[in-house]
Amino acid sequence: MTTTHPKLQVPDRAGARPGTGTPPFWTVRRRDNLVGYLLITPQLVGSVLFVLLPLGLVVWYSLHEWNVLAGTFEFVGGENYDRLVTDANLREVLGATALFSVGLVVLNLALALFLAILLNQRLRGTAFFRTVFFSPVVVSLVAWTIVWQFLLQDDGGLNGLLAAAGVEGPNWLRGEGTAMLSVVVVQVLKNVGLNMVLFLAALQGVPAQLYEAAELDGAGVRTRFLRITVPLISPTILLTSIITVVGSLQVFAQIAVLTQGGPGVSTTVLVYYLYQQAFQFHHFGYGATLSVLLFAIVALLTLVQWRMRRRWVFNET
Amino acid sequence: MKPFAKPAAAALAALLTLTACGAGGETAPAAQGPQPLRMTIWTSNEAHLKLFDEIAAEYRKTHPDVGEITFDPLPFESYTTTLTTQIAGGNAPDLAWILESSAPDFVSSGALAPLDDTLRKAPGYEFDDLTPSAVKLWQAEGKLYAYPFSTSPFGVFVNTDLLKEAGRKTPAEMIDEGAWTWENAAAENAAVVAGTGKAGMVVRDFDYKGWDNLATVWGGWGAQPWSEDGRTCGFDSPEMVEAMTFLHKSIFTDKAFPGPGTTADFFAGDAAMTITQISRASLLQDATFGWDLVPLPAGPKGEYSVIGQAGLGVFKNSPNAAAAADFLAFFTNPANSAKLAAYFPPPRASQLTAETLAKSNPLLKPGQLQKVVISGIEKGVVKPNHTGQAELSQTVRAALDPLWQPGADVKAVLGGVCAKIAPMLGT
Repeated sequence: MTTTHPKLQVPDRAGARPGTGTPPFWTVRRRDNLVGYLLITPQLVGSVLFVLLPLGLVVWYSLHEWNVLAGTFEFVGGENYDRLVTDANLREVLGATALFSVGLVVLNLALALFLAILLNQRLRGTAFFRTVFFSPVVVSLVAWTIVWQFLLQDDGGLNGLLAAAGVEGPNWLRGEGTAMLSVVVVQVLKNVGLNMVLFLAALQGVPAQLYEAAELDGAGVRTRFLRITVPLISPTILLTSIITVVGSLQVFAQIAVLTQGGPGVSTTVLVYYLYQQAFQFHHFGYGATLSVLLFAIVALLTLVQWRMRRRWVFNET
Repeated sequence: MKPFAKPAAAALAALLTLTACGAGGETAPAAQGPQPLRMTIWTSNEAHLKLFDEIAAEYRKTHPDVGEITFDPLPFESYTTTLTTQIAGGNAPDLAWILESSAPDFVSSGALAPLDDTLRKAPGYEFDDLTPSAVKLWQAEGKLYAYPFSTSPFGVFVNTDLLKEAGRKTPAEMIDEGAWTWENAAAENAAVVAGTGKAGMVVRDFDYKGWDNLATVWGGWGAQPWSEDGRTCGFDSPEMVEAMTFLHKSIFTDKAFPGPGTTADFFAGDAAMTITQISRASLLQDATFGWDLVPLPAGPKGEYSVIGQAGLGVFKNSPNAAAAADFLAFFTNPANSAKLAAYFPPPRASQLTAETLAKSNPLLKPGQLQKVVISGIEKGVVKPNHTGQAELSQTVRAALDPLWQPGADVKAVLGGVCAKIAPMLGT
């Protein structure tokens, strides 16, 4: 701050003892600053202890080879980062991660918006359906996934239903293509309710007179949707897409329960891979390096989305 | 924030250094007063825990310097992962059970304290009673790093009611006729599936992921996943190709084994047979069907046996390592070993008799104990193990996945497994 508010300058002078010329230490400005710092201290301590410190430690660990069993912790410089380049599995893992994220984001946002539009109609029973679609959000993730694991087994509920209709279903969780599809759909159904509620709130904030005016001007359903609805809910689209992209890159429990990364490595996403490296294979240093990579990817994607908002988010220009 | 930037950076750096030092496995200074001991285990069976607590209580009567002794059950599926996470977090137990698959990692890492001196000095311990085949896996450079408290052979549990329902002979009858072979066993199971609609042979804990359990099948062909010295891949050997071709045909053509993604619990009466360790007999306490326990069927290479092992070690860095080793010596002395034999086949030659085992295994007949347990331990091959087993195991699991499809090219898939794991062997 280069300019000082005029009010803040007064107490400095007023606090000076007449005749001495030495101002007292506890000026109003200093006291205000102290109160300010005290007020943010709980949040600051929490952030430092549980966000910044672990983040710093992960970077620190990524520069070391940490053998938990032998109890050794050696500095290896950029060796773990070199391994990112030579790791033959990493390309497939990143491919699986990208496939999962794209599939999840596209399906989740499209379905959430579709459901929100349907449930935004003034029809009977919408409150019931809103509850139905939102309820998986509050169900325990692991319980939800385990139930789906039973449903998706070769002799499970889904194939039972298909068989009743005369169709022989695939072995969902064991086929290369169907395993990833299954994981994505299970995750979409779990969380689509949250985005749906956000979209619903945004849709209800669009002024009805805009639609009426457009209708009078002869705009069809499609034009009204593209020219009125989408621009006006674009801040929510930005918010949901950031939340969903970040969430999709952190998926773990669903993979651990449903496929354990298989068949082959077709559903081994980055978080699951770093868990394997650190906690199953005891390569804690390399696991930390993969965490740094994940952090960089999430930060970069969020930055790109944030920058792009100027181009397509309605009130951000 | 500027005036705060420097002290904050200094504090963060100090914290980082402190935490990093902690990660290095420094030992804490020994505290005063009775010291508690903690042992991680994977059983949460009430009868097992009761026995452990009784032994611990008896030990504490004569050792007032030892505080409470806690047995800390961790889930079996994630046991080693949880244990290493505890070690990484600076919360290592004083003693731990160790699975045979991670034995080479733990034994060679230097994490465990050598036990020979403590055990030999313990009064009445009879160290030389431990059979060499049982302690082999737990030794490095002539020192014993974990006590093999359980040496449990794999056998075949049979639902004799289902076999009768399908109008088939029981394995016991086939053994008498010398016809208990893999070919015949597969035919029996296929017949049960066709005749009763129940599942056939379940290789327990395999579930098309835990491939090391298949050692109980391919052992009949003399196949091994890698050579004795661990440096050469064995998946592409002719024996392994033949064994896996048999298995693949039995699963997908004959339907003698339940296929991938199909669940069948033998102990709930859903399957004709299951291959598992004899310690699972306790699950049959309330069985509503007739059952038998028989040795693994003979393969083209004749009869064979596979054993699973579990060791008990003391962490070198524990501030109570000496007390923990002393407790281990008491926990596994001849008298307590005989008590533990009720659930865990002991490594002591003097206790490996049908009479001793029968006393503590009321569910099993002396004949079953002799055939499956005693001769199993005598000639058993330990389940696959290697340094870096977790990573190796995961790589094999991923490379074997294409085999579990109806039209798989067995030889090509097994060649692919070797291509993947060859760089990891012998390193």
